[in-house]
Amino acid sequence: MNDTMLDIKDLTIHYEVESGTVHAVEGLNLTLGRGESLGFVGETGAGKTTTALGIMRLIPNPPGKIKSGEIIFNGENLLDKSEAEMRKIRGEKIAMIFQDPMTSLNPVMTVDKQIAEMISLHKNVSHSEALKLAGDMLELVGIRRERMHDYPHQFSGGMKQRVVIAIALACDPELLIADEPTTALDVTIQAQVLELMKELKQKFSASMILITHDLGIVADICDKVAIMYAGRVVEYADKRSLYEHPIHPYTRGLFRSVPDIDEDVDELPVIPGLMPDPVNLPSGCAFHPRCSMAAEECRTSRPEMQEAEKGHFAACPFCVKKFMNGEAL
Amino acid sequence: MSDEYIRVENLKKYFATKRGMLHAVDDVSFGIKRGETLGLVGESGCGKSTLGRCLIRLLDSTSGKVLLRNDDGNGYTDITKASPKEMKALRKRVQIVFQDPYSCLNPRLSVWELIAEPLIVNNIYSSKNEMRKRIRSLMDTVGLAERLENSYPHELDGGRRQRIGIARSLALNPEFIVLDEPVSALDVCIQAQILNLLNALQKEYKYTYVFISHNLSVVRHVSDRIAVMYLGQIVELSEYKELFDKPLHPYTQALLSAIPLAKLDVKRERIILEGDVPSPIEPPNACRFAGRCRYATDKCRSVPPALTEVLTGHYAACHYAKENVKQ
Repeated sequence: MNDTMLDIKDLTIHYEVESGTVHAVEGLNLTLGRGESLGFVGETGAGKTTTALGIMRLIPNPPGKIKSGEIIFNGENLLDKSEAEMRKIRGEKIAMIFQDPMTSLNPVMTVDKQIAEMISLHKNVSHSEALKLAGDMLELVGIRRERMHDYPHQFSGGMKQRVVIAIALACDPELLIADEPTTALDVTIQAQVLELMKELKQKFSASMILITHDLGIVADICDKVAIMYAGRVVEYADKRSLYEHPIHPYTRGLFRSVPDIDEDVDELPVIPGLMPDPVNLPSGCAFHPRCSMAAEECRTSRPEMQEAEKGHFAACPFCVKKFMNGEAL
Repeated sequence: MSDEYIRVENLKKYFATKRGMLHAVDDVSFGIKRGETLGLVGESGCGKSTLGRCLIRLLDSTSGKVLLRNDDGNGYTDITKASPKEMKALRKRVQIVFQDPYSCLNPRLSVWELIAEPLIVNNIYSSKNEMRKRIRSLMDTVGLAERLENSYPHELDGGRRQRIGIARSLALNPEFIVLDEPVSALDVCIQAQILNLLNALQKEYKYTYVFISHNLSVVRHVSDRIAVMYLGQIVELSEYKELFDKPLHPYTQALLSAIPLAKLDVKRERIILEGDVPSPIEPPNACRFAGRCRYATDKCRSVPPALTEVLTGHYAACHYAKENVKQ
């Protein structure tokens, strides 16, 4: 893959809190090609949002700190950039959509001004020109131009999320990070917003990182999937090979614990136990206390990502070996 | 109605607002058998939680009846008209588990105190020893380790907190439990654990459940029958499999097609609904879904459809449901 847009190497982000150090992201590696969309899946506390904020250099400091690693975006390390340079990149090159549209909009500013704010910051246009472009953006996300002078509270949840999408896309970013963009929405509204995002992704030919805990949404709009557990990516593959044969025990457990819409089961298979406390991560493989296949080696050495088939990586040497030998997992 | 444990008749709950009457629950009727789970699905604001609360009279209904079968199996008591004294006795039989395990527990009580609370309020035990035994066994039933009894809610994760909520609702040996989005605030792995627990408890104690959720795959997994709500009314009610295989109401069809599936190569037509759910304040006297329905006709915009039995045990509130079946 010579057209790599984003390459994260060995990223480690910690939060220093009273009770100790929270290992939110621990040696994470990830690449994203131009035009690709990546689903970033994991449970609460896996470090998905921290990774996204890390890419934007928006980790609240203190208590958070990027300890080590590199985030190479278009060949340049974002961690070497000055704050002024980052301000140019945020919004113009990398834009973010946050989970909760109710809280990410300014309640005392009309929506056209909020979109125009983004445009004026990054483009050399007059104020009235910026407002006109803001109206265009609203129409693009399916909101009538007449409503551009309304305040956020006059819109429903789905409409507010459309406004947030309009702000994010206003400067034609190369990379869009969407953090649980539809979690706060109802299913029928979620379907509308996902349809819109698919359409706009094509139109703007932007790359996208979609953070979610819903494997259904990933199946719908992503090309690649990364599964995150306790601060690391444990499996990375393209969508088809991951959904057809997940390799890592955590990924397989995750798929099984979602109730199936076509099938009757009496009892859902569950992964025993809980996510580890990020202040106190288990030694070796962070998943070993919950893993039915755990061996002595899993307790002592941290497994690296290995390629099981072309483009399909998993951080479990046992399962990768089994898979390559054609044994059942 | 002979074998029904709870029977709801023409239940209405209106809220007076500045802009007019809000029809949260508008003329809803159904029955649930003992040991059965009725799933209640719909989008935010469709009135499913309000209905759940009216069923156990945490809210007073505007009109209609909620009939609960008497202990001795003869006749029914209308919970909406029970006196405060009768209500106190009824409260032991009907319970609720709330959605958010982060806000429904008093943060200043320990796990032990939280589970003891319903037992103390109702003066169930005179001896401390017996109460201790009961609390231990409740904690055991819902899967809380004994060492947690002196912990406070903030020290526990969402799944464990939800287990406390469940233990509290089981403390008085209820017969009927309203589960109001009990797993919505939880991650999938924890969600699966709690669903298994609720299922096992029902098998053992023959509880009757109303399971409220917006997550259709979860509802399908737990329910025997499913009722779909839209703007305060039940638009479709059927056995769970049939509802998913043969949805009759256009709203149900759209709702089912909107679920993102964790599978590839599933060919299906996605019905994208236009616009948002209209306001429940002073709704028009017509089909409430007509404004978003792709099949709507003039009849739909002027005559409200009644919930009728279209196929055996399969009810739908659509003028054209019968014709749809024939096609």
